[in-house]
Order: sequence, then C-alpha cells, then structure tokens
Amino acid sequence: MTIKVLAIDDSRTIRSLVQKVMEDAGFDCVCAEDGVDGIARFAEVTPDVVITDINMPKMDGYGVISTIRGGEVNQSVPILVLTTESADHLKARARAAGATGWIVKPFDDETIISVIRRVTGARG
Amino acid sequence: MANTDLAETDLEFVTFFAGGQSFSIDIGQVREIRRWSPVTPLPHAPDEVLGVMNLRGSVIPIYDLAARFGLDRTPESPRNVVVIAMHGSQTVGLLVEAVSEILSVGRERIQETPDVRSDTARQTITGVITVDEGMTRVIDLAAVVQPRGKAAA
Amino acid sequence: MAPQSSIRDTFFEECEDLLEALSEGLAAMAGGARDTETVNAVFRAVHSVKGGAGAFALTELVAFAHRFETVLDAIRSGTLDVTSEVMHTMQRSADHLADLVEAARNEDVLAPDVSEAFLANLDLCPGTEPEPFDTGDTPFDFAAIPLDFGDDAAPAAPGGYVIRFRPKPRLYQNGHDPSLLIEALHALGSCEVVLDLSVLPDWEGPDAMSPGLGWTLRLSTQESETVLREIFDFVEGLCELDISPFDVAPEPEDPLPLVAAPLVPATGFGAPPPAASAAPKQDPAPGGDAAEGRGPKPTLRVDLDRVDRLINSVGELIINQAMIAQRLQDMALASDEDVSLHVEDYRLLARDIQEAVMAIRAQPVKPLFQRMSRILREAAEATGKSARLLTFGENTEVDKTVIERLADPLTHMIRNAVDHGLEGPDARRAAGKDGTGTIRLGAAHRSGSVIITIRDDGAGLNRPRILDIARRKGLVAPETDLADAEIDGLLFLPGFSTASSVSNLSGRGVGLDVVRNAVAALGGRISIASVPGQGTEFTISLPLTLAVMDGMVVSVAGHTMVVPITSILETIRPAPGDLHRVGTDDSLLSIRGRFIPTVDVARSLGFTDPSARAEFPLLLLVEGENQSQCALVVDAVHDQRQVVIKGLDSNYGQVPGVSAATVLGDGQIALILDPDAIAAHRASPAAPVAQRPSSLPDLHHGQH
Repeated sequence: MTIKVLAIDDSRTIRSLVQKVMEDAGFDCVCAEDGVDGIARFAEVTPDVVITDINMPKMDGYGVISTIRGGEVNQSVPILVLTTESADHLKARARAAGATGWIVKPFDDETIISVIRRVTGARG
Repeated sequence: MANTDLAETDLEFVTFFAGGQSFSIDIGQVREIRRWSPVTPLPHAPDEVLGVMNLRGSVIPIYDLAARFGLDRTPESPRNVVVIAMHGSQTVGLLVEAVSEILSVGRERIQETPDVRSDTARQTITGVITVDEGMTRVIDLAAVVQPRGKAAA
Repeated sequence: MAPQSSIRDTFFEECEDLLEALSEGLAAMAGGARDTETVNAVFRAVHSVKGGAGAFALTELVAFAHRFETVLDAIRSGTLDVTSEVMHTMQRSADHLADLVEAARNEDVLAPDVSEAFLANLDLCPGTEPEPFDTGDTPFDFAAIPLDFGDDAAPAAPGGYVIRFRPKPRLYQNGHDPSLLIEALHALGSCEVVLDLSVLPDWEGPDAMSPGLGWTLRLSTQESETVLREIFDFVEGLCELDISPFDVAPEPEDPLPLVAAPLVPATGFGAPPPAASAAPKQDPAPGGDAAEGRGPKPTLRVDLDRVDRLINSVGELIINQAMIAQRLQDMALASDEDVSLHVEDYRLLARDIQEAVMAIRAQPVKPLFQRMSRILREAAEATGKSARLLTFGENTEVDKTVIERLADPLTHMIRNAVDHGLEGPDARRAAGKDGTGTIRLGAAHRSGSVIITIRDDGAGLNRPRILDIARRKGLVAPETDLADAEIDGLLFLPGFSTASSVSNLSGRGVGLDVVRNAVAALGGRISIASVPGQGTEFTISLPLTLAVMDGMVVSVAGHTMVVPITSILETIRPAPGDLHRVGTDDSLLSIRGRFIPTVDVARSLGFTDPSARAEFPLLLLVEGENQSQCALVVDAVHDQRQVVIKGLDSNYGQVPGVSAATVLGDGQIALILDPDAIAAHRASPAAPVAQRPSSLPDLHHGQH
C-alpha cells in the first residue's frame, strides 16, 4: 500500500519540492498551505505521515500538532516538523508539542525519505 | 534543392537575389515568402525602409534589401517577393528580386567575409559560402533590421 | 512553446509575492501598526525567503535573510523596540533583500561590501546578538565530526550492546511505534529481543491506556554506540533507555573511554553520514505549476507570452471583422438585414472577447507603488532630504505593459520631486512646514482613463527662472507673455532637463520630455500644476485599454491616417480670411478672437508631394499639454471609427510624429498620428523630433 504524505507549508516552493521528492520515492503526497487548510486535508485524506512547517499563517505547526493529537481520528499519526535550524531547544520544543521527529531545512531528498521510513516503517 | 542528406553539422539557408547579388539567411529565421503588396510609407524613415505591410492583420516593416546594402533600389517588378523573417520577437519583411534555393551546407563551408570596403557589409554579413554560380553572402538578420526603440532619423 | 516552470522559477515567483507582503507589512508597521498578525506576517515573509533560498543553496541570500529574520524575531517577541531608526533599518534591509533575490535570480553576485553595510546596520539593532548560524549542513559539516570522533574513540567495538528500552506513554502519543525502533536496531546487526515482563501493568488497573511494555535487547554489532543512539534520537526523554556494551575482555589499552551515555552528541541528528548536497535536483516539476486551484484566492499563473499571443490574435480578429464588414458594404450587401445582423453580432462578440482578454492583463498598481516607496527612500538618503510617500488607489488596475512602462517615468518624477521639489528639512521648518516632505502618489479610474497623480508639498516651480531660461534658449520668443500653465508646460520641451543638478541622483540628464514621450507612447497625456511655496502636481492620464481607440480617419498628402478623437477639439473648415501667413511657411488661424498656430502635418511628416495636397485643407483643432492649442492641417476628413491599435515598437521602433498603426477595413495600413508630438515639433522647428541633450540648471526652487 502506498504511503500517503500530507505536507503543510506556506511556501509553495517548499510544497513543490516536497511533492516532487515524495512522488519520486513512490509516495502519494497531498499539500496544504497553512495550518487550517492542513487540518481540513488531514481529515479528508487520513495520511500515514504528516510533514509540517512551523511558521505559517492562520495556524502554525504547533497548532497543527496539538489539533491532531487532541483529535479522535488518526491522532497518533507520525508528524514531522520542518525546522530551519537543528538547535536543541527547537527539537525539545517540537518533541514536547507532540512531534514525532524533525527534518532540518534545507533538506536533501535522502534525509527526508529516510526519516519518513524511520517513522512509518515504509519501504517506499 | 539540397544535394546531400542533412547531417548534424549541416546548416540550411534560404538563398535569394537582391541588387543582382546572392544572399542567404538561416532557414530557421524565415517564416514565409509573399508576393509584393502595397506598403504604407513611414515618415522620416531611412531609404531602405519602404514602409509597413499588412500581414494578416499584423503590421510588418519592409526593407529593400538591395538598398540596405547600398546597392540600387530594387526596381518594381511582378517577380519581386518579400521574405518574411523573424529575429527574436521581431518580424520583418525583406524585399528581394527572387528566391533561388534552399542550401544545405556543412558548417565548415562558411568562410569568413573577404575584405570588403563597405561598413554596412562588414556589420551585416557573417560569412560567405561558395556555390556553383559564385558566392552567396550570409546575412545577420539582427544587424540588418532597424534596432528597436531607436528613433528613425 | 512555453517552457515548463522549474521549481526554481516557482521559488522566484514566490519571492515576488513574499517581498510584496514584506513591503506591505513594513509600511503598515511604519504607519504605527504593531499587532501580532502584521509583525508575524513580516517575519514569515523573510523566513520563507530564507527557507526556499536554502533549498537552492543561495548562501548569500540565506545568510542575509537569517540576520534579518533574527532581528524581526526580536521584534515579534518584544525584546526589540521599534524605533523609527529600527524601522528605517528594516525597510532598507527589505530593499537589500529584494536586491539579493534579484541577483540570485539572474545568477549575479552583488559586491560583498554592499551586504556588509546592511548587515552592520542590522547588527546595530539593540537586543539582537548575531548568533552563529547553524545550517546543519555547512561545508565543514560539524555534525558529522562527533560521529567520527566517537568511532575513533572506540576503535575496539565491544561486539555489541545490551539495550533496555521502556517507552513512556508520551512516546506513543508522539506517534512513535516501538516496533519500528526495534526493527532499526535489527538492521545494525543480529539482535535478540526479550520482552521485559517485569514491567507489565496490571490490566485491570487505572493505567490500562498505557501499554507499559518494555524490552531488553542484545544487539551484536560493529557499529558505534553513537550510531545506536541516533536511532533513539527522536524519542529522547520519551522512554527509559539504557545502553551498555557487552562485557568483552580484553579491552585494548585506550586512554579514551567509550562514549558513555551523557556524551550523546546533542547535534547527533544532523546531516546523515552521506552528506549529500542540500540543494535538491532542479528538474522541472513534471506536473507544471500552472494551476493552483485550491486556496482562498483561486488564481492561475500564465506565461505572459501566451496572453500576448491571445491579445494579438483577438486584435487581428477584430480587424478581420472590420474587413468583412467593409467588403459587404462595398458589395452593397449591407442592406441584407440578416447578413448585417450577423456581422454586427460578430463585431460585438469580438469586442467582448477583446475586453475580457485585456482584463487578464490588468494588474493592481500596488507593486509599482511599492517600488516607488523604495525609490523615495533611496532618493531621500542620497539628497539628505526627509521624505515620506503616501499612496492612494493602490488597487487600481492597469494593463501590465502600462505598469512596466510607467516604472521609469514614475521613478524619474519621484526622484525629481525629492531632489528638486522638496526643500531641505531646515528650509521647510523655516517655512512653517513639517521637516519631512510628503509626496502623494495616487491612481484612479475616471471615465475610461486611468489617472496617476504625483504631488509634492515642496516649493513649487520657479516660473520666472523657467521663462528666463526658455527665452535664452530660444524656445520662446522674447516678448511673448505666457500664462503660468504655459510656463509650466515648457518643462516638457526637448531642451529642458535637470541634468546639471548637483545631487547624487541625476547625472543621467533625463528630462521631462523623455517622461512625456513615454506617456505619449502609451497613448496618454501628462500635465503639471504648481503653486509657489506649496508644491507641484503631475497628472498622467492613460487610456484604460491599449488595444482599441476612437479615431478620426483623415487624408494627409494622399496618405490615410488616423487622429485620436480624444485629442481633437473641433474640425474647422477655414474661410479664406481666417488663415494668416507668418513668415514663409507658417500660418496662424484666427478663431473667436484668438490666434492659433497651424501645423502642416504633411510637411511635418516629410510627405512632400505637392500634387497630393488639397486646395482647401481642413484644420483639426487639437489641444496639446497644458492647454496649448494648435491646428493640424489635413487634406480631408473622412469618418470616425474605432480602430485596433497595432504598435510599431515590436517590429520596427519609434517613428516621429506617429504613435502606432492600424489596419483599416480595406486592408490598408493607416498610421496613427501623435498630435502632441507633431505640435511639439512645431515648437522646435529646426530639428526633427529628436532629443537634444541640454545642461540647464534645475528649474525648481531647489535648495542646493
């Protein structure tokens, strides 16, 4: 079964990049451009993994995570945050917010695929 | 017509006569060949710019190629044709006496322009090719036409 | 043959939007807005530029954006006060960011000292310490080093580890699956897994929701402990984890201890061992980026070339319709009602399509006005003046080409206004004005036209000086008395320029005549009004559509030409006594008690065939800029009709006295006259309508 990825980022450049990498790896990828849109798509699509940016309008990454974790459907889905720095305090914050893992921007294709495999067990 | 199969290094030209001399232009730049039709003159234009012609609703400037090269103006004749050529987004028409052939030549057959006296020729001819009847001059279309945006004076 | 957008193109397109949002947000903040949303939007704009730039390894851009973002972060977290100095630095930094984006787009490199100056300004902002910027993927790749170090420190792998792993409830809540972690361990070597029964919960108890599972694993592997711990990186703190190497004797003599638990490198989750380049492959996105259907504002990004082709085709469609209508007329079939109706329907349909297509090209002037905001800032800095820009009607929509072609003229006028219109701060205060000058830039639609106004509250035009210089240059007869409006209009004549002004700005010698020509090329008009001591206002009026125009078809020396209706005040058939010869070639028309100069259009255009001239010419009274009038002499006036404007620029260039061309119903090309240019030509009869550079001193009440 193909892994379904939900990518949430307000930058269409990042969305395009993630989509391309996902599709090249054989995953299905759906995108959203802000936290609110992301939650809506999450309910529609029931993804196997969520990748989300932190800084977004309307609802930021932390809001997305807490909404998903506090929900009733698919609430334990792996959620990966896109961070621009690998600083410890950001990782700790992400973890405390409920993120499963993180990917540091700029990401390379292999890293993002390997992290996805790590948290979903996907073979891709 | 072409007397060899088109190899990868071959270039194709359209050859024509203007002012009694033979000229060639890269076939990729030629859009169509049309019969002469009346033009509307442009005020204060240089001699070689005969005016503008209606090409299916588009306004195309027509250059007398012979005049452009400092030769005598092309006399009116029913055999005259207009070569519609494009350089970038600019479309122009070149009035010539006749179109002769399509020439396929290997790149190496284009020789440097021999020493010519005319400045115009130096700037606008990029090379010469020897053909059976003599020599044809390869035109640099960009140099021949009016530079855009400059006032015609 | 439109090329597919690559993701890199997407990035630069997105940068345009981000920079626009940044500019807007900063303008709001400069105006006093401090609400979270505005400040966050500004932060996010720079953050997103940085994020995307990182993906394409645009290091200079990333580095600057990072510093900029740091300062913005300090603002949004409240640790940095937004003083007017800080605001100024923010706006200038945004300008520089735009330059860096542009340079990256063109694969140019900006001089490093330019960036350094801006970075220095950013560093000066209090409360923001330049942090070392850790991309996690720098060329030196520090993250990899501890890994290697760990390996070096433990050259003799113990052969394996005993791992005790008990997840806390939080681990599951964060979406982790212990089986995946255990699988990852299996990938490192051979692994025995034993479920730790001692921690099984009481199934009946209150903690039934948390599994309370734990495992003991024996992993035989050559990998280092660091690699092992990396697997548990994400779950640090979410589980109890104990890793101890097998007791394998004998340990080789090694001064360095094995990497014990506390030394787990904090940067362990950095670049993976194969440190691939950060930039993803830049292949064109297979699906193309043409449609973004979802979202609050469904829009479509279309190649401009496609739109232009469409507009061109529609223009030709309209010409084609006119030709059919004409042929029917000639064949006297126009009286057939059915045919007439169909042809008329065709005409209306073609018009509808044309209007719809022209609307596609219409864009708000906002980005253009935002650019002017930056021009103003730079001009103010360069001239030591203090100035602010107020904009109105930013959402007014105008054809894209018009916006592009207005950029240079507006830039010049804004610079002019700052440099010559506005007085220096001291002089202003002495005159009872605010030390900071205000320039108002506005756009509005008004009865089929777009009106753009630029108004400064400076010193106004120095009319006596202008008139004096005009007289000395021979542009005006010595005794002629001119009304104020006419004096103002002299500034548009070729022969006036501000080339010799002393500021850092000019040096290009761009005169207002160039501005006028640019406006005329768009089919528009420009006028000035000024009140000494209070300021100067320029008004540009442009036709809403570039494609179609109402014109009067006339004959000039046997040539059919078209005169824009908007220029014509009236058509006059002069009685013999109305025309008075002046000198050899000129004449004056006497009308209603005034004398109006005439212009022989044929001569002006170089059509000299005398046999084609009419015995009794007609006059078209036209108004030039600034209410000056003249009468164009033509041989015949035919009818009024709507014509499709075909520019001469793309295939040819500029033709003096002519603004464009059109194809009439009979297939003939008629040139569209530029009455203002022809009238202006009359004013400088010696030269054809060519620019004469001039080195006149500036003519405003400049303060030097």
